[in-house]
Amino acid sequence: MAETSHNQAPKNNVLDLKDVEKSFGSNRVLQGVNLSISAGEVVVLMGANGAGKSTLVKIIAGVHSADSGTLTLDGEPFLPATPADALRAGVCIVHQAINDCVAPDLSVAQNLLLDRLCNGETGFFFGRGRAAREAGKIAGALNLELDMNKPVRELDLADRQLVGISRALAQNPKLLILDEPTSSLSQREAERLFGIIERLRQSGVAILYISHRMSDIRRLADRIIALRDGRITGVFEKPLNYEAAVNAMLGHGMEVSKKIAVTRGAKIFEARDVVLKTGCDPFSFSLSGGEIVAITGLVGTGKSELAECMFGLRQPLAGSFLLDGKSYQPLNNRDAVRQGVFMAAKDRANSSMIPGFDISQNLTLPFLPDFTALGTVLRRKERNKAKEMIDWLGVVCQSDQDMLNSLSGGNQQKVVIGRWLSKACRLLVLDEPFQGVDIRARGDIGNKLRETAGDRATLLMTAELDEAMEVSDRILVMSNHTIVGEHRTDSVDMDLLLSQISGAVVSPNAAAGHFRKDGIQ
Amino acid sequence: MRNFAIRYGFLLLLLAIIVFFTVMEPAFMSLRSMVFVFQSVSITAILALGVTATLVVGGFDLSIGSVAASSMMAASYAMVIWGAGSVEAVALCLALGLAVGFFNGVLVVYARVPDLLATLGTMFLLLGLQLIPTAGRSIAKGMMLPDGSTAEGSFDPGFLFLGRHRLYDILPVSVLIMLVLALVIWFFLEFTRWGRVMYAIGSNELASRLAGAPVNRYKIAAYMISGFSASIGGILLAARVGRGDVSSGNNLLLDSVAAALIGFAVLGAAKPNAFGTLVGAIFVGVLLQGMTMMNAPYYTQDFVKGAVLVIALVFTFSLTKAARN
Repeated sequence: MAETSHNQAPKNNVLDLKDVEKSFGSNRVLQGVNLSISAGEVVVLMGANGAGKSTLVKIIAGVHSADSGTLTLDGEPFLPATPADALRAGVCIVHQAINDCVAPDLSVAQNLLLDRLCNGETGFFFGRGRAAREAGKIAGALNLELDMNKPVRELDLADRQLVGISRALAQNPKLLILDEPTSSLSQREAERLFGIIERLRQSGVAILYISHRMSDIRRLADRIIALRDGRITGVFEKPLNYEAAVNAMLGHGMEVSKKIAVTRGAKIFEARDVVLKTGCDPFSFSLSGGEIVAITGLVGTGKSELAECMFGLRQPLAGSFLLDGKSYQPLNNRDAVRQGVFMAAKDRANSSMIPGFDISQNLTLPFLPDFTALGTVLRRKERNKAKEMIDWLGVVCQSDQDMLNSLSGGNQQKVVIGRWLSKACRLLVLDEPFQGVDIRARGDIGNKLRETAGDRATLLMTAELDEAMEVSDRILVMSNHTIVGEHRTDSVDMDLLLSQISGAVVSPNAAAGHFRKDGIQ
Repeated sequence: MRNFAIRYGFLLLLLAIIVFFTVMEPAFMSLRSMVFVFQSVSITAILALGVTATLVVGGFDLSIGSVAASSMMAASYAMVIWGAGSVEAVALCLALGLAVGFFNGVLVVYARVPDLLATLGTMFLLLGLQLIPTAGRSIAKGMMLPDGSTAEGSFDPGFLFLGRHRLYDILPVSVLIMLVLALVIWFFLEFTRWGRVMYAIGSNELASRLAGAPVNRYKIAAYMISGFSASIGGILLAARVGRGDVSSGNNLLLDSVAAALIGFAVLGAAKPNAFGTLVGAIFVGVLLQGMTMMNAPYYTQDFVKGAVLVIALVFTFSLTKAARN
């Protein structure tokens, strides 16, 4: 599949990548990546978390250099040593984090001219009037209707993003790379961005557009390239087969033959007519004791928001939760834990790990009072519990006194999840528990979840389909902040599942406000 | 070897300095001289132990010096002008320290003012506030009041006992209080679950919150511990000096913060800790006492303190971190 990109005449190609490889330590992040983008073309790069998208972009941008392989820009060898090199050669990047692209305290005009100011092209004196004139030219060319003297800090996110993009465009790039540009834009703002992109396409700029938002992709893509585990797993030309692209990105290739929990216990948790986001459809589901349910869907479709609602970190806009048949409205996460709902949040380094603590101290943190007498921590009891958990979970470490961040990702995650498995609960929510976890540790964690499932309900949020397939009994599909499908893991209709994930099965009134990402990601 | 150096290097350095001064000036090792070292650092150490608590939760308290000064003025004012007894005066000071700590905590937690800025603000506020009741004058027995009359109260002997008495004719009360407070804070931080949670918050606040720690309450408590310690320092200062002196306590803030930061290097902790803080304070005290006995001029003191602090910080942040990675 990857070979298709070679068939085009090289002279049209603005950027050519051949056999690009990159490793960090023993981790092979990119393996034999071939990619070409021609002038006036929008190439969408799709890939799940950790697929290697950002590494690829960083190589093109001159942040990293490739271990092997060649890069060609406009037929010339292209070896940017620094981001400034890449910029001079005509490669512009708009990063996902908006505030990386703008200096918030400077005015719009100063931001638009920031690159020139930094290059020293402007000379020693640079008056306000001249800045306004030159910035005005840039803004005029891009139809940017903003007050040039307003500090960027006072603009809303979308306008800041537009300033960032305009700043990139002011360099007259040959290649523009946009990294998830619509993630914080509303529908209307995204439309404006699409308009700009279409004009750029007509003027012959090559555009690499990184996103997994299906609506963006449907709107813009001339070609889709799917990246998975550092390899290009699919190149799709027009007419585009979106479901095949999603499949290539999620890389599901396993046989659907597994045993699932046959005996489902009593209903433990129920969500009734929950609305997560204005304009999105209400949804309901229930979870029973002993079963493991996965909610899957692309990044940013509301899985984490739902998990946060269930753990008392936010409130749903409408609808209600029931726990063991009684109304469940946690005031905060402490209240949720009191009522028997535990959650391991996603992104363990930020939201779970205490870097200054060893394994035992990390393990006991939520239930520390169980290991104390008169407020004093019983270190022996704590360490015994930790040793027991380390053996049981198969954590690879020297001792329970190792610092948690000295362990590998999989072992860290075992400790983080072990924290919440150390005590019985009614409902366990795990948000992206397998991020940065190797396949063996993932299997171990899955087994432990199964082993302890007992009469607890277990809910797993994951953007990776094969994780859901491997661990769960039942899969709920989330798209656009609502649940659009349900499958038993032993009898999945894969085509239907993929089309639900890719948003082809859209409920009629779910179109509005599709773009704005809510809350913490 | 390297681990050994990181763990015991700073303590060995302290030992080496003591040996050096003893060789150069045998009187240095005398009991009287040692007691003097402890006494000279006791108030600094007490403030430093408080600021350690705020450092543990990832905060900072710049207001401790002015809390101590305000508490000193408050004690003097209560006794000299209101004629209060020592118990009332002490209670007033401690309440003041706790209240200021609470105020700092609320500023940091609820008003979301960054800790350095919030406590800097409080510091200024208190520096000014303590001058207002006496119109900027120091408080002493028999002082003239703004209305022209003479103050009738005086420092209670029981109060002065705190600053001037020596148990068994050798151990000053202030040193005893420093040691007890160090023991209490050390035990609290190292062995209780509250201390454990405070360290967790300082290490990763979000993770602690998601693990169920009531982060806001802990942070406010840390500032209250800091304010409380600082007010004890102020009481001892007032009791030692025997008057409410507007200019006392100028150096307290910097010395205490330095002691707490030097403490990072002790036993390779690389984090705020009560034992290290105490050692840090004593380290500075030993150095100054030794230099004084060797007739080093007083104006070199701050330079030496600064040098010790920089060495300790390099020790903590380059060596310890490098060894862990």
